[in-house]
Amino acid sequence: MAKEIQNQNKPVLPPASAYFIAENTDVIVQHTLSVLVDNESGVLARVIGLFSGRGYNIESLTVSETEHEQHLSRITIISKGTPKVLEQIKRQLERMVPVHRVVDLTLVAHSKGHEKPLERELALVKVAGEGNDRVEALRLAEAFGAIVTDATTKHFIFEITGRQQKVEQFISILTPLGLVEVCRTGIAAMNRGVEGM
Amino acid sequence: MTKTTKTDTGSREMTGAEMVVQALIDNGVTDLFGYPGGAVLPIYDELHQQEEVRHILVRHEQGAGHAAEGYARSTGKPGVLLVTSGPGATNTVTPLQDALMDSIPLICITGQVPTPLIGSDAFQECDTVGITRPCTKHNWLVSDVNELAAVLHEAFHVATHGRPGPVVVDVPKDVQFATGIYHPPSAFDQAHYQPKLSGDLEKIKEAVALMASAKKPVIYSGGGVVNSGDDATRLLRELVKLTNFPITSTLMGLGCYPASGDNWLGMLGMHGTYEANMTMHGCDVMVCIGARFDDRITGRLDAFAPDAKIIHIDVDASSINKVVHADVPIIGDVEHVLEDMVRLWRAQSAKPAEEDMKKWWAQINMWRDRKSLSYKPNDDVIMPQLAIERLNAMTKGHDTYITTEVGQHQMWAAQYFDFDEPNRWMTSGGLGTMGYGLPAAMGVQIAHPDSLVVCVAGDASVQMNIQEMSSAMQHGAPIKIMILNNEYMGMVRQWQQLLHGNRLSNSYTEAMPDFVKLAEAYGATGIRCSKPDQLDAAIKKMIETPGPVIFDCCIVALANCFPMIPSGKAHNEMLLPDEATDEVVGKAIDEKGKALV
Repeated sequence: MAKEIQNQNKPVLPPASAYFIAENTDVIVQHTLSVLVDNESGVLARVIGLFSGRGYNIESLTVSETEHEQHLSRITIISKGTPKVLEQIKRQLERMVPVHRVVDLTLVAHSKGHEKPLERELALVKVAGEGNDRVEALRLAEAFGAIVTDATTKHFIFEITGRQQKVEQFISILTPLGLVEVCRTGIAAMNRGVEGM
Repeated sequence: MTKTTKTDTGSREMTGAEMVVQALIDNGVTDLFGYPGGAVLPIYDELHQQEEVRHILVRHEQGAGHAAEGYARSTGKPGVLLVTSGPGATNTVTPLQDALMDSIPLICITGQVPTPLIGSDAFQECDTVGITRPCTKHNWLVSDVNELAAVLHEAFHVATHGRPGPVVVDVPKDVQFATGIYHPPSAFDQAHYQPKLSGDLEKIKEAVALMASAKKPVIYSGGGVVNSGDDATRLLRELVKLTNFPITSTLMGLGCYPASGDNWLGMLGMHGTYEANMTMHGCDVMVCIGARFDDRITGRLDAFAPDAKIIHIDVDASSINKVVHADVPIIGDVEHVLEDMVRLWRAQSAKPAEEDMKKWWAQINMWRDRKSLSYKPNDDVIMPQLAIERLNAMTKGHDTYITTEVGQHQMWAAQYFDFDEPNRWMTSGGLGTMGYGLPAAMGVQIAHPDSLVVCVAGDASVQMNIQEMSSAMQHGAPIKIMILNNEYMGMVRQWQQLLHGNRLSNSYTEAMPDFVKLAEAYGATGIRCSKPDQLDAAIKKMIETPGPVIFDCCIVALANCFPMIPSGKAHNEMLLPDEATDEVVGKAIDEKGKALV
């Protein structure tokens, strides 16, 4: 016994700390969460504060009142992390007093055999230019199904709705054609099929 | 002045300030800790005109918070405090976070500047709900007097249901003056916040089957058992008796299983006993009951209980799988889950093989024989371990509550004092708040005026809220402050010795006050002792002297706290006291470990 204890006092191999910092070998995945909350003052700050305070990622966040009568808002959050961290995020959100429900839409989509939930984003894209660039911008907008919502002889504002990838592609193509500014809503999401969240 | 009683609990018109006091009464509050100021004067005016709620005036709002924590932890009731806006509110942040981490139900009512002035940088304005959002379970700013009663009742409900915790209700001064309709708690249904109490029966069955198949089981219990109530403690003891499993506990859970019990292994973790940590390391089935795998418990995670299947019972789903993967997660209140568990265990015939249990206990007894809490006695100076052992011996037969500050003395108290009942041990576990113990002791004493309340303190910690001696004097709270005085911030020094080449940067307390004179300055009694042969007499005097006492117990200066799991090591790599030579201490942590701590 005594010998065994002696050996235990040899320096151990690193990494080593009282604050043990485990090497992360889990894959990082991206999930979409829908959170139904009371539409009360400060609720968004609570949710965002949880993410920043505990070091979780926010890739996209949208919020608006969806059930006026019941004062409920729906927050859609896209976050990246290991499956363990994503489970923590859900559990941490669930225990907040104004949170009614948290659904990991990505997990639900997987369980239904879908790759991911239905996700859409809207962007307003302002382009200024004359001559060929202007013609090209309009032609591309048509190809992408974007709508002209405002225009002068010197600019267009396009409204585009679609999957995030499509919106990003549209913006990047317009960049050399006189892109002035972009405003995006972030992602709204729900699952396919007849059931609600 | 005529004093009126306010026992009418029906709905009626009153001012916001009256509502606050009425809501306290209707929620069973008898004692309130606080400090007045501009933004709460209307409430203080109401308090002055009634006799049902006793107000305990503190000397600093942090003291009110810790006193309320001590009150709550020792009674199982929520602790309530009332403070003013601005600095009053910001001074409560430390106790709020402390209560959040240790799951203590607190209701903190703060004054706020009048609604029209909010956002104007008014005198003593601060964004109280913004500042306290991350350190509370929930908080509210009440801007309409007609919502005040509902919010106050909800605050009590939220603080005390599910995993308990602190809440803040911020009440602007104009709302306190405004008149509205008050409704009693019975007028509200709190259905929207009802955390699940019963565990999933299938999971509990799975857990019981796993326990029955164990060869080397251990129960690891925590503060959740205390929070769940007396029945949880009773059921835990019953489970241990039925299963004959060894049991260890976190710092927060001490007393749920009695230290005098046969199956008790002592506390586990960084300064836990050898037998507790080795049992955890070697176990094949771990039953975690109301604990959360804190980093001070697990040590090196990749070497934590490598062969264990883990059953984890917790009322807070976010505690499960946060740090350690649970093979059998059970979300529910300890009392409810243990009730099912004990019932199922009784009903089933499968039990661990007697042969296996015998072998396991033989192994555990070998670890016990290592006597990891032994220390070298000294005839000339008081060893800190001896001081606590004598305190333990001499308080037997008294109705004793112990609070501590934070540091070496806290660990020595946890190691050498035998807790046989829950709610008797008040300490700042999660946050590690120096300055907790003295005001907490006052809070405990307010709740238990005839009991013996001892605050085991360090010379550094005790000075962080020493001003509450004045409150203890005012309110006739005869707390006994036993300072283990080694003239150092001992735990800081211990880490500097381990990690920083014995360079004792700023951990020596120069200009130490004379604690005996300090006690006398407050009108209390001061005692000093530095000789082992006079220790018993000094402790006896401390216990028997009426009124608050400060006992300056001068201990050996350089004693360190062992056993210890050094930084970055696993449970089976403890540093034991007799091996902790200067050389071993110096080598205990390698370069990478030092960088990470």
